[in-house]
Amino acid sequence: MKFGVVVFPGSNCDHDCWYSVSHDLGQPAEFLWHDSTNLSNVDAIVIPGGFSYGDYLRCGAIAKFSPIMGAIKKFAAAGGLVIGICNGFQILTESGLLPGALVRNQGLRFICAPVDLRLETTNTPFTSQGSKGQILSIPIAHGEGCYVADERTLDELETEDRVVFRYLKNPNGSARDIAGICNAQRNVLGMMPHPDRASSPLMGSTDGLVVLQSMVASLAGATTR
Amino acid sequence: MSTAITPELLQRHRITDSEYQVILKELGRQPTLTELGIFSVMWSEHCSYKSSKIHLKKLPTESPRVVQGPGENAGIIDIGQGYSIAFKIESHNHPSFIEPFQGAATGVGGILRDIFTMGARPIAVLDALRFGSLDHPRHGARNQRILQGVVAGIAHYGNCFGVPTVGGECVFEDVYSGNPLVNVFALGIVKQDEIFYAKAAGAGNPVIYVGAKTGRDGVHGATMASGEFTKESEKQRPTVQVGDPFMEKLLLEACIEAMRTGAIIGIQDMGAAGLTCSTCEMGSRGNVGVEIDLMHVPQRESGMIPYDIMLSESQERMLLVAEKGREEEVFAVFRKWGLDAATVGVVINENTLRVRNHGEIVAEIPNPALTDAAPLYDRPHNAKPFRTAPMQGPKFASQDLASDLRRLVTSVDLCSKRYIWQQYDHMVRTNTTLGPGADAAIVRIKETGTSVAMSLDGNGRYCYLDPREGTKLIVAECCRNLSTVGALPVAATNNLNFGNPERPEIMAQIVESIEGMADACRFFETPITGGNVSLYNETRTGDTTVAIYPTPVLGIVGLMPTKAPVGLAFRNADRDLVLLGGLGTCDDTRFGGTQYAKHILQDLWGLPPALDMDYEKRVQAAIRQIIAEDLAESAHDLSDGGLAVALAECGFSPNRIGAVVNLDSDLRPEFLLFHEAPSRIVVSTANAARVQEIAAQQGVEATLIGRTQPDRLEIHNRNQELLASSVDELNRLWEGALESYLQA
Repeated sequence: MKFGVVVFPGSNCDHDCWYSVSHDLGQPAEFLWHDSTNLSNVDAIVIPGGFSYGDYLRCGAIAKFSPIMGAIKKFAAAGGLVIGICNGFQILTESGLLPGALVRNQGLRFICAPVDLRLETTNTPFTSQGSKGQILSIPIAHGEGCYVADERTLDELETEDRVVFRYLKNPNGSARDIAGICNAQRNVLGMMPHPDRASSPLMGSTDGLVVLQSMVASLAGATTR
Repeated sequence: MSTAITPELLQRHRITDSEYQVILKELGRQPTLTELGIFSVMWSEHCSYKSSKIHLKKLPTESPRVVQGPGENAGIIDIGQGYSIAFKIESHNHPSFIEPFQGAATGVGGILRDIFTMGARPIAVLDALRFGSLDHPRHGARNQRILQGVVAGIAHYGNCFGVPTVGGECVFEDVYSGNPLVNVFALGIVKQDEIFYAKAAGAGNPVIYVGAKTGRDGVHGATMASGEFTKESEKQRPTVQVGDPFMEKLLLEACIEAMRTGAIIGIQDMGAAGLTCSTCEMGSRGNVGVEIDLMHVPQRESGMIPYDIMLSESQERMLLVAEKGREEEVFAVFRKWGLDAATVGVVINENTLRVRNHGEIVAEIPNPALTDAAPLYDRPHNAKPFRTAPMQGPKFASQDLASDLRRLVTSVDLCSKRYIWQQYDHMVRTNTTLGPGADAAIVRIKETGTSVAMSLDGNGRYCYLDPREGTKLIVAECCRNLSTVGALPVAATNNLNFGNPERPEIMAQIVESIEGMADACRFFETPITGGNVSLYNETRTGDTTVAIYPTPVLGIVGLMPTKAPVGLAFRNADRDLVLLGGLGTCDDTRFGGTQYAKHILQDLWGLPPALDMDYEKRVQAAIRQIIAEDLAESAHDLSDGGLAVALAECGFSPNRIGAVVNLDSDLRPEFLLFHEAPSRIVVSTANAARVQEIAAQQGVEATLIGRTQPDRLEIHNRNQELLASSVDELNRLWEGALESYLQA
């Protein structure tokens, strides 16, 4: 399964995602430059954390105009797996691939800390290898990770089983403790916590691997089917 | 062109009469205004080390591992398997007082450029911070704002750039109220054969400017950083630069990619003294010259005169020398990253800095005039190092030792600094195996299976009481921190923060401190590979001048194999507690610099704790072996606050494990619990016998002092209870203290 890791100017978890996939997961991974529309036949896309284009306007607001995002929208529309982590989640909401928005943390400060998440649904290609209700310890590192959406959208996310992760102890004021959501087609996931930082015992947790392993399982299932 | 050089003009440039005479002699004529500006920044304390250089020569700088010692942008040591690490510490004290957020942010930016200029990718940052007390009756609110601004600035720059801030220290004293210290350490990794130097070579090769455009910001930053503070200083806000971490991130990626083309010969960042320093130093190091024309320099604003352009300290700029004919390869990389790159000049065969503006020469100075002829002062230091503290302390007796412990762990110096480091991304790059809050930080080197441990330490109180012994204690503690996590200390960088060197009693502090550092670094085999000197850290208000405590800060790095880290927190109940190094000793005089004296007695007297370097070294060898044999479940060195505080800190984890300790000592209880004698490490272990055996082999004490237990910390001496406390309560008080100081 080939993973493509997008690199925007200002991405800074690109290498972490690449390492996580290629070393801890043992799958091939390559970088995809923001300026290109060529996804080089990857099976899944990772939009990593960082500060794309400096994020001086609004997180992800410039990235959505990049050539690669156009290609990723098509890829997603065709059912391809896309995971956006941290800044990647912000870019996905800005691009309209996911609903809602991520705004300044309630405490107004950047927070870097391991947090506990509850896996809310296994009915996604990103969580199929986990179990519902499972508690995962995965770090966050963001200043703008407070998830907001209007009530109708939030209700819709709940009824459609699209809230994928929830914080046990809400660190940033996110609506309904939401840490990660997927789209209606369930092939696009956005999450603020970093599974790329929880994929090796040396980092203190391997709980992030369940996300990556689920993606591999689902891709394997898709090709054998 | 012919600006009259008046005494006022010289004074504004902080050039003395005798220095001006040297300029006249070197040039054989009057300098132009641009030249005067160039001399003033190159000869500033900040760039020339004129007051400290003759003493810095006493420091050890070599070992088989040292690839690059002082004199380059950063020191480099060999870590094996074809890799090296580059690291250095630098201060941004003055700017951080004037504009805390940008001052600290650009401090981070500057040191990061020093690292990647050498071809090394930054993988860790640590910072040593000093602020005035947060509850100061007059300046408390301001000190709080400075802390908030500095921390936010560091977070802003480091987080966006994508380098983890993995540790550091933060201490409060009134002497830093008008003069906070912001010392930033950075470390990067580079392949042995991909190291770059800031050296020009090859006449005819193009000199290329890359990165941000030049503006008027920071003109004379280096000279500002070389004078004491007055009310006027606050008006210098425009000399503080504004940082753009996104630009810096692009510059990093572009520089590293450009270096890989093989077309780059030398490269230097434009830090203090900007274009001046980089053109002069690159030429001078290569024994060649650089000639530039300012009309080619990308400029952010119009109407800048040569003086402004040469002295600007705009951030995120680099100067490089490329191979003639291969410019386009370099430009292509910078274009890819959306950065400006322009050929601004050429390497020449004369050892001269020649600056033109639209063809006309505006400055022409032989490089040796700026470097070799730079003033070097042996400032008088035949005085006693400045101190007003008495040798004898007050008579005292504790009313309640448990309450003393609570007050200490909630003191602003010893309380949890989570509020600060949680704002730093300390995990990005996924190398941090041991992060903030530990005795030392550890990052793994993915490429080699080696890990690098780092610790920053300073102790103004100790150094104020005795600069020489205080500095030795810092080196010892820094090495002990590294050893406690299992790493072998191998090399150091230093940041010397002192007051006005023109005062003999301050100069005496500097000399004593450097000599102490030289002794200790030699003994612990941690050569100094570079560093920074920050003098004139004094504040004048009316007739009184307050100098900071002498505050040398050491940054020492250690090496170890990559493995799961041993933290300081107890992991399990029912483990033996071994105090490696023993209970230590103390007397009235040696208690005066402790945290107990500071926070419980509000006093400072006597001398710092006594250090036996040989014993210390053996304790460190013992703990490293204990860690290597996986015998320690936890290990924590005793430092500020002594034994009781260290034991409390071992309980500060979600495990809520405490200890029951029974000591056997003649020391009075306050000393026994809170004295700060060095060379001591508390270890929890399931194999005390083997731990003691290793200690015996090293000839050091290993006292079995008790066992870990759930929930409570109890300390007895000869079966008499000294204190008992709930671990959970201590934990909560410790965690919440800093925020409550900031909200007060």
